[in-house]
Amino acid sequence: MNLDRKKIRKYYEQSIKYLLLVCAGVGAAAVLFITFFIFQSGAPLFGQVSPIEFLFSTHWEPSAEVDPGFGILPFITGSIIVTTLALLIGVPVGIACAIYLAEIAKGRFAEILRRVVEVLAGIPSVVFGLFGMTVICPIVRDVLGGTGYNALSGSIILAIMILPTIISISEISIRTVPHGYKVASFGLGATHWQTITKVLLPAARSGIIAAIILGTGRAIGETMAVYMVAGNTPLMPNFGEWLGLTSSVRTLTMNIITDMSYASGMHRTALFTTSIVLFIFIMTLNVLIQFITRKTKIHEAT
Amino acid sequence: MKKNYKIRTEKLNLFYGDVQALVDINMNVEYNRITALIGPSGCGKSTYLRTLNRMNDLIASVKIDGTVYYDDTDIYKDYDVIELRKRIGMVFQKPNPFPMSVYDNVAYGPRVHGIRKKEELDSIVEKSIKAAAVWDEVADRLHQPALGLSGGQQQRLCIARVLAVEPDVILMDEPTSALDPISTAKIEDLLDQLKKKYTIIIVTHNMQQAGRISDYTGFFLNGILIEMGTTKDIFFNPQDKRTEDYISGRFG
Repeated sequence: MNLDRKKIRKYYEQSIKYLLLVCAGVGAAAVLFITFFIFQSGAPLFGQVSPIEFLFSTHWEPSAEVDPGFGILPFITGSIIVTTLALLIGVPVGIACAIYLAEIAKGRFAEILRRVVEVLAGIPSVVFGLFGMTVICPIVRDVLGGTGYNALSGSIILAIMILPTIISISEISIRTVPHGYKVASFGLGATHWQTITKVLLPAARSGIIAAIILGTGRAIGETMAVYMVAGNTPLMPNFGEWLGLTSSVRTLTMNIITDMSYASGMHRTALFTTSIVLFIFIMTLNVLIQFITRKTKIHEAT
Repeated sequence: MKKNYKIRTEKLNLFYGDVQALVDINMNVEYNRITALIGPSGCGKSTYLRTLNRMNDLIASVKIDGTVYYDDTDIYKDYDVIELRKRIGMVFQKPNPFPMSVYDNVAYGPRVHGIRKKEELDSIVEKSIKAAAVWDEVADRLHQPALGLSGGQQQRLCIARVLAVEPDVILMDEPTSALDPISTAKIEDLLDQLKKKYTIIIVTHNMQQAGRISDYTGFFLNGILIEMGTTKDIFFNPQDKRTEDYISGRFG
């Protein structure tokens, strides 16, 4: 009797362990399956189109009967333009906001501000898109002319969308700088601003870089909001005019979502191949983060 | 004739919110001497030390009244806090070098005070590290991370960092409590050197240390300065029963 009970308990413990293992495995398996799936669906394109042509041709006419084009350079360029400009706008603003929250804002006001930033992170991207269409695009149109649906509008929306990521991670890394550094700096007669720029920010550097990379990933992967405001023209941006900012652009993500509903055959395959390129971008960023955070840990351990 | 003291406090009271941490502290600190502040944990000695270079200003809930004179100037009224902290340096309990090179740590102070020329910085860095008796150990690793030094070396580097801004008072908040006995001995020897040029006020938990290194000693208890005098008098001829009890190890 007693022995039975012991046995039952043992099986019970074991089965819980395996259940948890299965649950943990689901996440990892999903990544593996997705990777496998997009490569399986996208790689066959390279049987007919060379990777060089795919990446560097500007000719995108995948469903043309005669001389179809499978070049996604315009979309890679589009993604790079909107992401870069989004970072140029979002990073300084985000870091400034993080400094303000970590070092200057006090008490209830700081708490409210922090909550507001959290809310910003929770707004669905389609709502950002609507905001862009009704507010940002008209302003850009009035200032720069054209339709207002262009790379600049897309970048502004993305800049706002990556703010919460940049602000919250930067703020935490500034906050977790050892208190001793701060008092040492004040003790030497440094001002608050000198302490922030010369001690706190350098000490928080790796966290801030991680924040920027995560923001970059978010910006590259964002689909709906840019789709609604960036114009979606499958051509190379016109760099002669405002460095391409007033051009209507299509990003990698927009390319997939625009055509997927009707594409078939090679055209459809090319969209999966586009997602491989996107996937490689994101993976590179992830590896970069791993590398940076690991380097910091080693540094802190010594 | 009234004697000139380096630092004087008159009726200094300090509150953390509603809690009073210092009560009517009157103290005179002599030029170029080492003054030790002793007392049990929470007696207010570190809090008192931090009022002397206004480090308590960093804590929002602190309220101070009374007067602190530095060279007969009221530091809470007539002194720029940046200038004050340049004149009155501070060394902390836990060695806290910045995560930068040895050189940049020492050059930090001069740089924030506007010195840019490389030769000038080089000579300040070398002079300060030598004065802090750690030159022999770091001369060949000036451009390596300060966090790679041992705890004792780090603490002497922190002293060098303070010396680099040319203070004339150095406040030390239990500077050896995180160090091993050999490093502690090195720092104590160093203090003996430094008192020729600087006025030093040191908070210490270690009574033997106060006995070894200080010229004057003040005994704090519950936010009150119970007794202050030459270290010899405090240790061998205390006037107050409580001082005697503490010195002889009956509490604390």
